[in-house]
Amino acid sequence: MINKIRGSALELMEMIPSGATIAIGGFGVTGVPMDLCDALCELDRRDLHIVANNAGIDPRGVGRLAEEGRIRKFTGSFPSNKEFNRRLLAGEIELELVPQGTLAERLRAAGYGIPAFYTPTSAGTDLANGRYPSRYDASGRPVEYLPPKEVRTFGGRQAVLEYALHVDFALVKADRADRLGNCAFRLSARNFNPVAAIAATTTFVEARHIVEVGELGPDDIHLPGIYVDHVVQSKEGAAR
Amino acid sequence: MTSTAPAATRPAAAARTGWTREQIAARAAADIPGGWYVNLGLGMPQLVADFLDPAREIFLHSENGILGMGGAPPEDEIDVDVTDAGKRPVTIVPGGATFDSSDSFGMIRGGHLDLAVLGALQVSACGDLANWTAPGRTPGVGGAMDLVLGAKRVWVLMNHCDRRGDPKLVPACTLPLTGPRVVRRVITDLGVFEPGDGVFTVLELAPGVAPETVVRATGAPVRFAPGVGE
Repeated sequence: MINKIRGSALELMEMIPSGATIAIGGFGVTGVPMDLCDALCELDRRDLHIVANNAGIDPRGVGRLAEEGRIRKFTGSFPSNKEFNRRLLAGEIELELVPQGTLAERLRAAGYGIPAFYTPTSAGTDLANGRYPSRYDASGRPVEYLPPKEVRTFGGRQAVLEYALHVDFALVKADRADRLGNCAFRLSARNFNPVAAIAATTTFVEARHIVEVGELGPDDIHLPGIYVDHVVQSKEGAAR
Repeated sequence: MTSTAPAATRPAAAARTGWTREQIAARAAADIPGGWYVNLGLGMPQLVADFLDPAREIFLHSENGILGMGGAPPEDEIDVDVTDAGKRPVTIVPGGATFDSSDSFGMIRGGHLDLAVLGALQVSACGDLANWTAPGRTPGVGGAMDLVLGAKRVWVLMNHCDRRGDPKLVPACTLPLTGPRVVRRVITDLGVFEPGDGVFTVLELAPGVAPETVVRATGAPVRFAPGVGE
């Protein structure tokens, strides 16, 4: 019998070593797997390459990872966290700033076997021409820049080459999940969770509710269990 | 006489004779046809939602994955799973849909949105837009670059001049671009403008704003549409 349900977030995060590349679902605090992020901190994991839309807007979730200085590199569209910015300008973090739609599509491409693609987004801007800093020295001076992107013109319109963004691990927050790993999300909490899940070698799901197989009908499953390796009940759901 | 004061040194004076932030938003809302799918950027553009008549069924898109976004809920009806791109609690209107970020940006990039209304730091007379970064700003681009290239049209709502009184309508952007030649219309406290080929065309002046105030407060050449400012 397949059973992907595990006992605790700590038990799951034991599988992630320091230095790993991890995609984390969520937007702001909506749909962020808080327990899994907390467990990474409690296990003192460091030097992480985090792929997420935001670096946390409060001291929970990705924000906690940023506040505690556990991020070596961040790939995302809107870090917007005070402590993150302080560490960035102190030379402690490398930043790969990616337009939000390109971030979603790079993760999707990784999950769906597409090595690279062209998109018009960011063509002709500093994010594509090698003029945007990716790393600063201790005094806040830029010392490295994002690499220039390859440009091609399609139908008179410029587009840049973007690469699939594979990650070692994904941390996902679902509303409901079953022991097969099937997941359903709720309303705007879906956001980056499905694309994070499919882009990862190993995917961890924190679900608000664990349900019996069959409770989620075929049309209700947003993320089929084939993409999911481990499921744990969220403390948020247990508290209800 | 505020209308004759040099706008470059008297931005507050210009604001008193023209439109308020709410009036700018209302002016934009009045021009949005019923049935359009529209994304409203953070800041002043979000105020547009307050002036849309629900009977016209204009659907608001939120890039975190909502089409058919409604206003803020009462405190006791907040749903933690329903937030907007500014991370604030919102609602979903009947007929609204939710989807993941990849779908949301496919919708944007694929040219399905009728309009994006955005704020700006600078707009050039060719329609170039700079609205995502400036020296000293914390890093972040969000969905701005996807929206300006994907939406069928882009309108900008902003103050005519910045806090120092410098024009935000400029001959060429000095700040990093969000996208080249993407802005179709600009609505400021002083009026309604259309960029194109190095000149801003004044389509409408806000009440009490003299043509020479606009000329002085604009960093690029200005021409007046027939019947405007006469």
